[in-house]
Amino acid sequence: MSADDAAFRPQPETPEIAARRRAMALLARARREELAEPIAKRWPDHGARDLKPIESGLVMLRGRIGGDGAPFNLGEATVTRAVVELPTGERGFAHILGRDAPTARLAAIADALWRRDAGDVETVILAPIAERLAAEAAKTRAETAATRVDFFTLVRGEDAA
Amino acid sequence: MSAIAFADPTFESQAAFRRIMRAMSAPGTMVDCGEALAPPPPLVRAAAAALLTLADFETALWIAPSFPVEVGEYLAFHSGAPPAAAPDRAAFALVDLAADSLDLARFAWGTAEYPDRSTTIVAQTSSLDAGRRLRLNGPGINGEAALAVSLLPGDFQVQWAANRAAFPRGVDLILVADARLVALPRSIAIIDGAE
Repeated sequence: MSADDAAFRPQPETPEIAARRRAMALLARARREELAEPIAKRWPDHGARDLKPIESGLVMLRGRIGGDGAPFNLGEATVTRAVVELPTGERGFAHILGRDAPTARLAAIADALWRRDAGDVETVILAPIAERLAAEAAKTRAETAATRVDFFTLVRGEDAA
Repeated sequence: MSAIAFADPTFESQAAFRRIMRAMSAPGTMVDCGEALAPPPPLVRAAAAALLTLADFETALWIAPSFPVEVGEYLAFHSGAPPAAAPDRAAFALVDLAADSLDLARFAWGTAEYPDRSTTIVAQTSSLDAGRRLRLNGPGINGEAALAVSLLPGDFQVQWAANRAAFPRGVDLILVADARLVALPRSIAIIDGAE
């Protein structure tokens, strides 16, 4: 009955949404110390409180073969969600893989701080995470590249004859 | 600052569900509900408990316009229920008898094929001890049950008789005051609603 009432249609992508999506994606992949240390150093009195209890649950992962096949359900992944609010009213949300509740909470706090002091969070928290992820991706690429085999034909029998 | 809902959503909403089910299955039985909640006023605790327990992202919720925006935000944030475009498209509705008129005909009554596609109305009142006396009978009641509800509209008995006559179509009513809750499912007949 709620099909046409639904308020949860995806919103059109705006620069603000794209920026937040990037920030949340980085925070979702952060290690605990990458969040705990900068937050403790730069925002020791952030005063964030939980709006919803931190919960772990399952989300269905959907996949497509080759990027354009029919979508199928790949399996479920454990996800932990945290929602916090700063005393100044900004809300932060985080969903991270696994059941590490303290990290999910830190990621949500970082998201809330990002909504207040985007520039600071960008340099203190997000940039180091982005750097590490880029380095890891480059390393994986390099390792994969080392195993690459290029096939080429020297002489084909029928031409020689 | 935003209000917090259940501290332990899984177990507290299960406990609340159990009590709402008891209220529904034994109409006229008063149950305590939502004692630990602190919803934004004027939303009362039992109404918050009922909606946080029953409503979710698949059930459209209609909130009477007398409620301030914070109540809608609170319920949407914590239950995930989308707003209903109109009362007759709502799976759940929230009404304040102190500020809104209660018109059962405005809500969804379901169809003969799908009587479940109807609205469950959560109506909050000032008291479930004083006010109009109702005598109930029907399924779930051994003999007769008595109830007193404040702020009911004058023609409530006529409206309820129409609702009862449309069975299996019709609306279900959950009456709440502070942290207490009593249910009037559509199968119940009000045999005497004199003041």
